[in-house]
Amino acid sequence: MTGYGFWNVAAMEWVKLRSLRSAGWALLGGLAATVALGAVAGYNTRNAAGDPTSNVLAGVALGQVITGVLGVLAMTGEYSSGLIRVTFAAVPRRPLVLAAKALVWGAAFLVWGELAVFASFLLGIALLRAAVPHPSLGDPAVLRAVLTSGGYLALTGLTGLGIGVLLRHSAAAVAVLVGGLFVLPVLVGAAGHSGGKFLPELIAGNSLAAVKPVQGFTWSPWLELGIVALYPLMLLLAGGWLLDRRDA
Amino acid sequence: MISVRALTKRYGGTLAVDDLTFDVAAGTVTGFLGPNGSGKSTTMRLVMGLDAPDSGLALIDGASYRSLRWPLRSVGAILEARAFHPGRSAAAHLTALAAASGIPRRRVREVLSVVELADVADRRAGTFSLGMAQRLGIAAALLGDPGVLLLDEPVNGLDPAGVRWIRALLRSLAAEGRTVFVSSHLISEMALSADRLIVIDGGRLLADTTVAGLAARGGGSLEDGFFALTGSSRSGDASGRV
Repeated sequence: MTGYGFWNVAAMEWVKLRSLRSAGWALLGGLAATVALGAVAGYNTRNAAGDPTSNVLAGVALGQVITGVLGVLAMTGEYSSGLIRVTFAAVPRRPLVLAAKALVWGAAFLVWGELAVFASFLLGIALLRAAVPHPSLGDPAVLRAVLTSGGYLALTGLTGLGIGVLLRHSAAAVAVLVGGLFVLPVLVGAAGHSGGKFLPELIAGNSLAAVKPVQGFTWSPWLELGIVALYPLMLLLAGGWLLDRRDA
Repeated sequence: MISVRALTKRYGGTLAVDDLTFDVAAGTVTGFLGPNGSGKSTTMRLVMGLDAPDSGLALIDGASYRSLRWPLRSVGAILEARAFHPGRSAAAHLTALAAASGIPRRRVREVLSVVELADVADRRAGTFSLGMAQRLGIAAALLGDPGVLLLDEPVNGLDPAGVRWIRALLRSLAAEGRTVFVSSHLISEMALSADRLIVIDGGRLLADTTVAGLAARGGGSLEDGFFALTGSSRSGDASGRV
């Protein structure tokens, strides 16, 4: 026995995740709300020349708040209760705790996100009017739109985790998350910059979910998904570095 | 055993722990006595590797806390009451800690029985009274059957029966050869539960003595002995330190 390692810490984080009833209810309710938005958007689609796939993925706008906020709370909840000091007493190599949280929550968010987008798609398409073309998952662009949208939801959850570890306070971290998702695009748009293709919330709607190209978003959706992934990656690396240097 | 060597910690301009040196030996209950804000909790956080000292060392059986292979199997601690997620059950809280420490699941039920929380093991810990919360903290400290225990104000919130129970528990843990280090600002409690005493104020060591030794300084009264020490340190504050 050489001592604790990553998988011990991942097992701890998995027990923590499973045993939080509040997170379970938030995920369940969030799933229903996300899919319901897609269903409504599908039913209301009238433009035969539009992009019904993109429309039925409308719930992603809500879903990203669910995963993002839960990601924040996965970290800040430990700080507000004082549990973080118990966690770090059990696992003094703190970046391991963050890596384990990222793996366990990231996997849960990915499963949840893909479930949400596939359910949204299937239900939304079933509710499309007869006059509107019915996209199929057999079309590679449509499958890509659904898959990357689910991935986007998972990445936004990890962005929340990264903001949470940097700020440590729930309210501040949620404010930064929501501001970054919704306010930043407005500011960038108002300034007339063509920076939209670097902003996750705009990438999600205009590149990932889009089957028909949107002006200003000429890069490949997979490249755009990579850009989205850079946000949690940088935040988590900075957070892991800081964890070892700050008093708990 | 716990060894603290020239430990110093500053928060901004405040010197919380000031060149502190002492040992806590195995096999006895050592009380950590000092007024509120004297640096007891900070010292314990430094020993646990939760805060980093500006200088000096804190060692557990000769090793720094961060280098321990299975920390919870070496050191059990209560640093604050209610250090758990209020939405999680007592059993789940302990199961998570057991998972990180390679401790078998059955040990969770064992320690819950020891602290008499077996009946409420699956209730949300947020609904616990302060006394129950302290018991859950003690269960977490005992989980890894550690040789060293650090307990910061463990009797806070306990009813008289609970206080008596924990006193007996500390005695029996020390009798098994463990190192038991208990902080309190309650002099009377220390008189009953501790053998040795480390007394600090303003982050500085005032005395490393026995309960009887401190009482002797106060002409037989532990309380007078304590105030003789801390009173002189306070006047020393005004004249001596920057």
